[in-house]
Amino acid sequence: MRQRSMILPCYAADTAGVCSALYELGGMCAVHDASGINSTYATHDEPRWYDSRSMIYITALTETDAILGDDEKMVDDVCRAAADQHPAFIALCGSPMPMMIGTDYDAAAEEIERRTGIPAMAMHTNSMGSYLAGESEALLKLTKRFVQPAEKRQNTVNLIGATPLDLELRETVPDIRGWLESAGFRAGACMAMGDTLTHIAETAAAASVSLVLSYGGLAAAAYLYETYGIPYVTGVPVGARFPDVLAAALRRAAETGEPQFPSAVRTAGDTVVIGESVTAGSVAAECGGRMLCPLDTVPALVGTGDSTVFRESEIRAVLADMQPQRVIADPLYRYVIPAGAEHIEIPHFAFSGRCFQHRMRSLICKPL
Amino acid sequence: MSGFVSPPCIPIAEADAAGFFASGLEYDAPVRGKWNIVHMGMLVPECHQIYLCAQGCLRGVALTAAEMNALDRLSWIAITEDDIIDGSLESDIHEGVRDILLEMPEKPRAVLIFVSCMHLFSGVDFGAMVELLRADFPEIGFIDCYMAPTMRKSLPPVVWLNMQMYGLLRACPQNPHAVSLIGCDRATDPASELHKVLRSGGITLHDITLCKTYDEFQQIAESGLFLSYLPAGFRAAEETAKRLGAKHLHLPASFDAEEIAENYRRLCDALGIVCPDLSAERSAAESALRTARAEIGEMAVAIDYSAVTQPFSLAKCLCEAGFRVKYIIADAAGEDADAFRWLSENRSDILLYSPTNINMLHMADAPHEPVLAIGQKAAYYFSTAHFVNTVSNGGHYGYEGIRAMAEQMLFAYRTEQDTRRLVSQKGFGCESCLAG
Repeated sequence: MRQRSMILPCYAADTAGVCSALYELGGMCAVHDASGINSTYATHDEPRWYDSRSMIYITALTETDAILGDDEKMVDDVCRAAADQHPAFIALCGSPMPMMIGTDYDAAAEEIERRTGIPAMAMHTNSMGSYLAGESEALLKLTKRFVQPAEKRQNTVNLIGATPLDLELRETVPDIRGWLESAGFRAGACMAMGDTLTHIAETAAAASVSLVLSYGGLAAAAYLYETYGIPYVTGVPVGARFPDVLAAALRRAAETGEPQFPSAVRTAGDTVVIGESVTAGSVAAECGGRMLCPLDTVPALVGTGDSTVFRESEIRAVLADMQPQRVIADPLYRYVIPAGAEHIEIPHFAFSGRCFQHRMRSLICKPL
Repeated sequence: MSGFVSPPCIPIAEADAAGFFASGLEYDAPVRGKWNIVHMGMLVPECHQIYLCAQGCLRGVALTAAEMNALDRLSWIAITEDDIIDGSLESDIHEGVRDILLEMPEKPRAVLIFVSCMHLFSGVDFGAMVELLRADFPEIGFIDCYMAPTMRKSLPPVVWLNMQMYGLLRACPQNPHAVSLIGCDRATDPASELHKVLRSGGITLHDITLCKTYDEFQQIAESGLFLSYLPAGFRAAEETAKRLGAKHLHLPASFDAEEIAENYRRLCDALGIVCPDLSAERSAAESALRTARAEIGEMAVAIDYSAVTQPFSLAKCLCEAGFRVKYIIADAAGEDADAFRWLSENRSDILLYSPTNINMLHMADAPHEPVLAIGQKAAYYFSTAHFVNTVSNGGHYGYEGIRAMAEQMLFAYRTEQDTRRLVSQKGFGCESCLAG
């Protein structure tokens, strides 16, 4: 039994991560599911759903389809939809039932691409992983499939791992672009808010550095590093002090060609920050203290004294052990904050969804 | 919209009542008023809901509860690939639920345990696990529930949950003067003549939506007659009545005055009471329609299936009253197939739109004539602020239902509403942290 919760909700799932990462790029995402996974995504995980359109659909899997393993219906339906709507690419995502019946997404994507002539990518989600796993696979495959070699542009920084699941929707990416310019950089491709597939494809390989804004962007940034020699830096320029630290890390990465992980550098403090490892790590680096990451991460994003537990009981135990004076976390963590600790609430869309959306603000270069 | 094909619509005269549109990929419009299983389950007083499913499904149920400010009434256990591979899917039901209950400082009176499509396809013996829990916690009522949308064609989740919820009722001595209304998500308007009919016969009405305690909920079991009027409650009422040795009567929520009269005649026959004179209620409904028609005039009316359970019956009623019903959003005709046929023959220019076809994606952005919408999906797709904000009849029934609809249409005609805010809230009528 992996995880049991008395009262805390759970984070957005892998399928939501795929859809969120690809939302603005003109592709079609077909979620192979009966109904619930996509309606959960559209309702709770996607703040753009009402105002902007994206070709994200379910296959409307039925009991009969599942019993018969009728993948042909799914392939045919996707091809018919693509003929109607002409997406730039097609992404197939999974859910629990297709996993149970062994749906071969790679074969289905290959067949769809053969029939339609539209690039098709299989995403191996089953709604059992976190949004970061889905986002990671989507951005990595997008990068591998579309990014083209390009002439280098000095001081240009890619933004990788930007989705509204982690970043406030309206102001954060523009604020990051503004911060980059004020620090002497130019913003390059952004994966994937406020950018286009064409711009990403043509410019991502030209950057001098990639700024990884969430764990979900790490794999794509690592690919660009391995393939095009573009080093990456992890961090979100939150707070008053950390943006300077991050800018220095970007310059160091550009000079040395080596990845930098300033979001994982810790200083002593009595604050615990709960959340996604790059954002929460950046907040912890700004405030002084430790991070508790209940999500996918890697050791390079985890600092000294940090914790990476994800069960509710473990989170309670770790917090009790850490004895923080302050806990910076989503408001719905209120149920596990130790007595006597101050809870500083910063809503995280991937956790509490729409509940506190009205309170979400850009944290870029602003005192916390 | 340039670059996209037109939204799918067909004239009603060309439609097959059993299904209007071909199946395919589906679009999910950002309209959230329909109740889901979490909302329905919360109707059982003093109960706790526990879900065992994949994270993607848990996310939806947990945040439904969070938006209702009711996270403390729901717990969950995430299913992983390991659970499927190592065979613990079944034992996790017993052990996981037991551990959650042991941690609770105050035990609930009842627990609704929801398993998923994965459990059903794995052949898990859910019943045996529930029996173990009953042995562990004899003071708690347990019921097996299902979040299995893959099965929606044979048993939609809300229909299934309705059937299971009333399985908590324990048999007790029957009261021939008690009637229960089953399957409603809100109380029937006290102004409805349904109450008048029951009062005239000295009948007590039980309804889960009125129960404040688990003991009150248990009183439903004393009923000699179980009524349903929404399709989602039909099977629950039928099976509960059968199990408890009572009668069941389904009185469809029609907008046809003659069918309404027939419903009350059947009800009074079943109860052995004299039907009171309802001519004043019928006249009031007809008068309300005339008043609304006089002011609304020729404005196009769009109706969607989520607003009322019989959209074609409502359309026929409105057409007969002189309204210009022009659009209906639905996939098929159900209880109101006769009204559908009448419209096909007499209003053949009405256009049917799919609620979910992918080519509805840009429907809300397309230019529309001014439309008075009935239902949230109609309001969204036709991009209008003039709409009747209601879901599943909104607690209105009978002649009063017609009168209320006419009054709501008049309000919608006169008043611009915040469509986005209203249709975004989950579970129409439920507490919502988004309401402020």
